[in-house]
Amino acid sequence: MLEIKNLQVTAEDKEILRGIDLSVNKGEVHAIMGPNGSGKSTLARALSGHPEYQVTGGQVLFEGRDLLDMDPDERAREGVFMAFQYPVEIAGVNNAYFLKAALNAKRKHQGLPELDAMEFMSLVNDKAKLLEIDKSMLSRAVNEGFSGGEKKRNEIFQMALLEPTLAILDETDSGLDIDALKLVANGVNAMRSPERAFIVVTHYQRLLNYIVPDFVHVLSGGRIVKSGGKELALELEQKGYGWIEAA
Amino acid sequence: MSTSTETIEQLATREYKYGFVTDVESETIPKGLNEDIVRLISAKKNEPDWLLQWRLKAYRLWLTMKEPTWQNVKYDPINYQDIVYYSAPKKRPALNSLDDVDPEVKRTFDKLGIPLEEQKLLAGVAVDAVFDSVSVATTFREKLAKMGIIFMSFSEAVQHHPDLVRKYLGSVVPHTDNFFAALNSAVFSDGSFVYVPKGVRCPMELSTYFRINAKDTGQFERTLIVADEGSYVSYLEGCTAPMRDENQLHAAVVELVALDDATIKYSTIQNWYPGDKDGKGGIYNFVTKRGLCAGRRSKITWTQVETGSAITWKYPGCILQGDGSIGEFYSVATTNNWQQADTGTKMIHLGKNTRSTIVSKGISAGHGQNTYRGLVRVGKNAVHARNYSQCDSLLIGDKCGAHTFPYLEIRNTSARVEHEASTSKIGEDQIFYCRQRGLPTEDAVNMIVSGFCKEVFRELPMEFAVEAQKLLSVSLEGSVG
Ligand SMILES: Nc1ncnc2c1ncn2[C@@H]1O[C@H](COP(=O)(O)OP(=O)(O)OP(=O)(O)O)[C@@H](O)[C@H]1O
Ligand SMILES: [Mg+2]
Repeated sequence: MLEIKNLQVTAEDKEILRGIDLSVNKGEVHAIMGPNGSGKSTLARALSGHPEYQVTGGQVLFEGRDLLDMDPDERAREGVFMAFQYPVEIAGVNNAYFLKAALNAKRKHQGLPELDAMEFMSLVNDKAKLLEIDKSMLSRAVNEGFSGGEKKRNEIFQMALLEPTLAILDETDSGLDIDALKLVANGVNAMRSPERAFIVVTHYQRLLNYIVPDFVHVLSGGRIVKSGGKELALELEQKGYGWIEAA
Repeated sequence: MSTSTETIEQLATREYKYGFVTDVESETIPKGLNEDIVRLISAKKNEPDWLLQWRLKAYRLWLTMKEPTWQNVKYDPINYQDIVYYSAPKKRPALNSLDDVDPEVKRTFDKLGIPLEEQKLLAGVAVDAVFDSVSVATTFREKLAKMGIIFMSFSEAVQHHPDLVRKYLGSVVPHTDNFFAALNSAVFSDGSFVYVPKGVRCPMELSTYFRINAKDTGQFERTLIVADEGSYVSYLEGCTAPMRDENQLHAAVVELVALDDATIKYSTIQNWYPGDKDGKGGIYNFVTKRGLCAGRRSKITWTQVETGSAITWKYPGCILQGDGSIGEFYSVATTNNWQQADTGTKMIHLGKNTRSTIVSKGISAGHGQNTYRGLVRVGKNAVHARNYSQCDSLLIGDKCGAHTFPYLEIRNTSARVEHEASTSKIGEDQIFYCRQRGLPTEDAVNMIVSGFCKEVFRELPMEFAVEAQKLLSVSLEGSVG
């Protein structure tokens, strides 16, 4: 469903990604690991179309279409979701209102009727139950005054509601306590399906005990330097990154 | 990559959909200002001699005054001899029947979404429609009159209720107040008059809709609202003008008087023509608005959404004279392209236990310059006065500016005054966050901006909050690439 070929990305004239090749099929979970500054977030942002990142080479096909040719909002409506490493606050904008607008933008794009307030709330109730998430978060402004953990949970909640075909989670596990970590992992697992793929960026093997990946890739210096199965994460946990970079 | 070209600084042309001109036969007096013009305006309105004398006094004072220059706006000198001070649709309505209103004028208001036929109007809103220098229709006046509420054009009030007018005219904004108030006092042509009797709660929103149509014409209206003891009234004004390359002057005066336990809510949705994207044309909106909380426990709330005008210059204020009286000011001011706004409020605490609240939201885009200027004065007898002020500025792009000038004059040590201010930039990151959730850029900006303005919008009458939100999104159209 996602074909990344020789993707090169710069930001402020700085070369960050130097040729990424990655192919993700429906139903798969890919974990991306790698040292700080290796380009993991850059990959996530480039895939979702952040305007600060320029693609200087390569190609990305999403369900057979040229992803890089689409505006960020179109990518989202087509089913690409990114859970942000640092979700922003939007003062005064009600979280439920925001989500309803987002969901309806997507439904409209799919040619589905927009949900009214009642229908939306019942959907919210279902998802909140599924994720064991406290609904009071919805009546607050988007991420405003949320704790670090609450912000991350809110991202997962949005993902559950928007039901993307490709979900990219950028360090959704950092800053979470162990209970919240399980909650997030359960949410992702509940959403795993043969129709959906995940790219999970993380620093910690711990998360991968809960979300068991099909593939693990190590990003270093803007390239994927090693790929393997879930056991690669365990190896990294023990040996660090040095042995790969040296190789 | 297509998205990388989209930067916040990119400006596109914005649309001003009220910019049409109505072709109507007008009765227009010659350009220029002198005593004869003042006499002519007064004569056209068949005014009593005391009012003519009042105008002349103001005119003579104005001649000796200097145009103020302390405000943070820039414009070429205004030639006061190059302005037409009176213009009216020729078919003067008797105002008894809508049939007397020129059909073209009626159509104009239809087009603006203000049908003058009562049955077509928004339920619960009575309208006074002012076209250039005169009021052309006032709806629901009979229904209101049954409750003793007077709602009519200023000119009619002078004829029918001269004692009330004479008692309160200039009592809050004297002709000596400032340059533009003096000018207005000399040449004002029409406006609205409202009187709500003791203990009456006005059952509908009262509103005045101002339309400038004629070329080279200034609009100088005067509004006076008196709420007698224990009464309540909510009043709203709206305004638009055609697109013209020349600047046009709008110098209004609004006076509010609230007696014991009375409440006045005064809301403005100001959408005068702002000029084009290069800063050509647009209205100079130089207005003096003030409310007097004369009675104990009286309350005056100003709410304004200022999206139009090339230059906006106004400080709706409250004189808190009655003990326990309350003044409030909620404002959203946007400046896009080359618009300039210097606006804020004055809260003058004179009585004991008086309270005031100021919430100001300034939004600047393009090359817009937005200044908040506010005065909180606590007099020496105003024990336990309290004020809370909050001034937030939102910048869209990096060619615009926001400025905040709070002035405090506290002469009583028991006063409690709080001031909070913030300036933030609408972030590329906020917009991207919304877009990543599937919202188009324009929707994202609207959402972020209306979130920013929420505390003000919720003060508007329900029927108009939606309108205000729409207007805001139109006025910021194209401010983000
Ligand atoms: N907008 C930008 N402008 C300039 N440089 C950037 C920008 N974004 C990222 N970089 C640089 O690119 C490199 C990769 O950053 P990125 O955020 O992708 O790393 P990461 O792998 O996600 O790191 P971490 O594990 O710390 O989250 C870093 O050196 C970073 O400073
Ligand atoms: Mg990162």
